[in-house]
Amino acid sequence: MSENAAKIRTVLKEHARLNRDADTLSDDSDLYQAGMTSHASVNVMLALEGEFDIEFPDHMLKRSVFESVGAIVSAIDELTEGR
Amino acid sequence: MGESSNIRVGIDLVRISAIAESLASFGDRFLHRVFTEAEVTYCMSAPMLVSSRLAVRFAAKEATRKALRLDGVGWRDIEVVRQPDGACDIELHGATMAKCGAGRLALSMSHEGDHATAVVIADRNRQ
Repeated sequence: MSENAAKIRTVLKEHARLNRDADTLSDDSDLYQAGMTSHASVNVMLALEGEFDIEFPDHMLKRSVFESVGAIVSAIDELTEGR
Repeated sequence: MGESSNIRVGIDLVRISAIAESLASFGDRFLHRVFTEAEVTYCMSAPMLVSSRLAVRFAAKEATRKALRLDGVGWRDIEVVRQPDGACDIELHGATMAKCGAGRLALSMSHEGDHATAVVIADRNRQ
């Protein structure tokens, strides 16, 4: 598991209000199916921004960006590219 | 497409305590990322009602996203505007307004106990 993926799972455990342990989810498991609400996804977004010192631009505030660990890893890689 | 197919509806339900937790966890970042200055000013004007006012407005934004099938738009682009008589309407801003052809939007909000809800109807036949 990449370092980013590990950090993301920690954020999900704390903020996504999942109905199961984030560590039991595969990278492409649907987080909404696992209990994350749209409000919880806002908390996840804010926590990720704090954890990775990034800001999600409006066009990335998409359901698809937050729907799985893998999708979030890709978004964060995109936003931290070149650092 | 018949007239009725241009009528869309969205609904959302939010736990007020969950909004209070977001406020406690993220403070101003939550406030100013999701709500406009006018929304924040109004919601904060009654200390006992802050969380419930924010919660119904969050529900209204999410209900609007569902009604208009919006994705990739900022939360502040969807604003709950309060009229002098206390009625509330949805106002769209920026890229959201431009790209969604909303038509006429009707909003109703309510909260009871720990729950806040909002319903939005979009009539895309009327501007």
